[in-house]
Amino acid sequence: MTVLDHRHTAAVPGWLPGATAPRTDPAPLLPDTAPVRVLGTPAAEKADPALLRELYRRLVVGRRYNQQATTLTKQGRLAVYPASTGQEACQVAAALALGDQDWLFPSYRDTLAVVSRGVDPLEALTLLRGNAHTGYDPRASRTAPLSTPLATQAPHAVGLAHAARLAGDPVVALTMLGDGGTSEGDFHEALNFAAVLHAPVVFLVQNNGYAISVPLTQQSAAPTLAHKAVGYGMPGRLVDGNDAAAVHAVLGEAVERARQGGGPTLVEALTYRVEAHTNADDATRYRQDEEVAAWREHDPILLMERALRELGLLDEQLVQDAADEAEALAARMRAEFHADPELDPMSLFAHVYAEPTQQLREQAAQLAAELAAEAEVHH
Amino acid sequence: MTTAPALNGTATRTSTMAQALNGALRDAMRADPTVHVMGEDVGTLGGVFRITDGLTAEFGPERCLDTPLAEAGILGTAVGMAMYGLRPVVEMQFDAFAYPALEQLFSHVAKMRNRTGGKLPLPITVRVPYGGGIGGVEHHSDASEAYYAHTPGLHVVTPATVADAYGLLRASIASDDPVVFLEPKRLYWGKTEWDPTAPVEPIGKAVLRRTGHSAVLITYGPSLPVCLEAAEAARAEGWDLAVLDLRSLVPFDEATACEVVRSIGRAVVVHEASGFGGAGAEIAARLTEKCFHHLSAPVLRVTGFDIPYPPPMLEHHHLPGVDRILDAVARLQWED
Repeated sequence: MTVLDHRHTAAVPGWLPGATAPRTDPAPLLPDTAPVRVLGTPAAEKADPALLRELYRRLVVGRRYNQQATTLTKQGRLAVYPASTGQEACQVAAALALGDQDWLFPSYRDTLAVVSRGVDPLEALTLLRGNAHTGYDPRASRTAPLSTPLATQAPHAVGLAHAARLAGDPVVALTMLGDGGTSEGDFHEALNFAAVLHAPVVFLVQNNGYAISVPLTQQSAAPTLAHKAVGYGMPGRLVDGNDAAAVHAVLGEAVERARQGGGPTLVEALTYRVEAHTNADDATRYRQDEEVAAWREHDPILLMERALRELGLLDEQLVQDAADEAEALAARMRAEFHADPELDPMSLFAHVYAEPTQQLREQAAQLAAELAAEAEVHH
Repeated sequence: MTTAPALNGTATRTSTMAQALNGALRDAMRADPTVHVMGEDVGTLGGVFRITDGLTAEFGPERCLDTPLAEAGILGTAVGMAMYGLRPVVEMQFDAFAYPALEQLFSHVAKMRNRTGGKLPLPITVRVPYGGGIGGVEHHSDASEAYYAHTPGLHVVTPATVADAYGLLRASIASDDPVVFLEPKRLYWGKTEWDPTAPVEPIGKAVLRRTGHSAVLITYGPSLPVCLEAAEAARAEGWDLAVLDLRSLVPFDEATACEVVRSIGRAVVVHEASGFGGAGAEIAARLTEKCFHHLSAPVLRVTGFDIPYPPPMLEHHHLPGVDRILDAVARLQWED
């Protein structure tokens, strides 16, 4: 099977022989001038009511998850938590847009997307609790480890999607990044590779306005981040990132397009990080309260509640069930994180290589001896 | 490659290291459909050193992929391919051109097995033509092995003979751990007779290339022929030098190195990379710690100078040669 495209374009009238002509028409690749919205528009009436209710449920549970994790950092139970509070629409819609066979390549702020994908909420938090780099099985959950070095997971998504396409498997990879990540070289290389390889991959940029403290105006001079897609030869889409139905619709289209052999898409979702970068950050140093307040009025749960109410879909049962599920999750997190986990120091030497080297065996023996000596002292 | 008449019942042949590496890639791709070769110019051209010559013709442009020119993108894409079950063999065109890929190598390739509790090992081979001595202009001659050897999770392999080029590359591709496979580019074109049917040896075994009782030269990759030449020249000085070829820096075959050093008592570590913080520093320190009571002299190092790689017309002053090695041997406290 030949899957690599070596497309040749006919000469464009008016261009000299041998001169570089546009190889593809850029116009269809351009993002819409305004972000795509569904909630509060006529499109909401055509949306699947079951999907809207499911998104609502996930948003409510997701918000509680973010709040509880943030509280756990204040109690010293999590080493750090980069909350996606305010960005829950992107998180849950990304997970819901993927099928079981698809792969998610998250970055460090995307724990909620990992959970929404079906990974156990506690296993998803081991990195941030500090007891294990990756608490879940990436292969079983088709979810890559949370990536901390910015945008470095993007080429992994491309490679996996490329390999799946070579195998003839209908698998799509979706990777999540932030606005700051779009400045990294790996972001650009990943987009270029994806377009050249025609890989079934979707890039979701959650533009929350700030890379820690640096605002987007100092990050990029592009018309929108979605416009960056055009230079690589893939469509760019712009969506209201707090409108869960819109994010789901745009990502769903991109995923389906990739699955059908249509190649990659870059999606920019406009959203806002309501909390600080992490619990170690002080957001009041670089942004105004009025700005935060304005975004709180455009909160993803508020938008969804309002739309469901208008559509007559927000019944008491749904609200109660979502709240109950959220509280049950929070209670489980508090209970599980109440005590420190049991850790085996000797696990330091596991999985460095398939077979430990002689030097690692000696170092493991050294640590074992140190532990034995410590135990002796404690007795 | 030309097949020589059978010698002692084996099918020996005469070829260059470049041809042996090409044969290893071809045989690995024939044996295992998950082996994919990728890099800059590896397809139609066959690589700037022709190591991938003919692979696209035999296996198609997907199995031997000409990638866009971006080393981090190449290796990052290979990571994802390996996650899906492929066994990528990545070519970095030159030593110094591999540096953009170091973040992918250090932060992901080296760590993925560990950070996923063994769930996602990455069987990736990163081939890097390395080292000087070919008259390359700036950024084409770095001996970069210390960067890789310092990074836990990577194997660092470097052949010095035609037979090892074939055998160690096959072993590297078969390894379930990532391997940085450093090809001494100044040895690419030396022809020797070898036996391609010899069993492939596992990674991590040093081999004594020459026995001797006065002192042992411990080396690897491009410096092996220099050390063998030095050992030959040393006979005129009355020294009988052994030469140990490490073949891999990670794993470091400490058992063999210690055995040789303990039996001889004098050792010089030779490599062309800069000495400060280099592989020789680690090896000399280890051998001193483990063999101290067997040593008649400190373990010495003969290395390139601690300078940026010089212009090609001056590189012969930088690269360790026979004289610098023999000067070191002379300093091994023979008066005691």
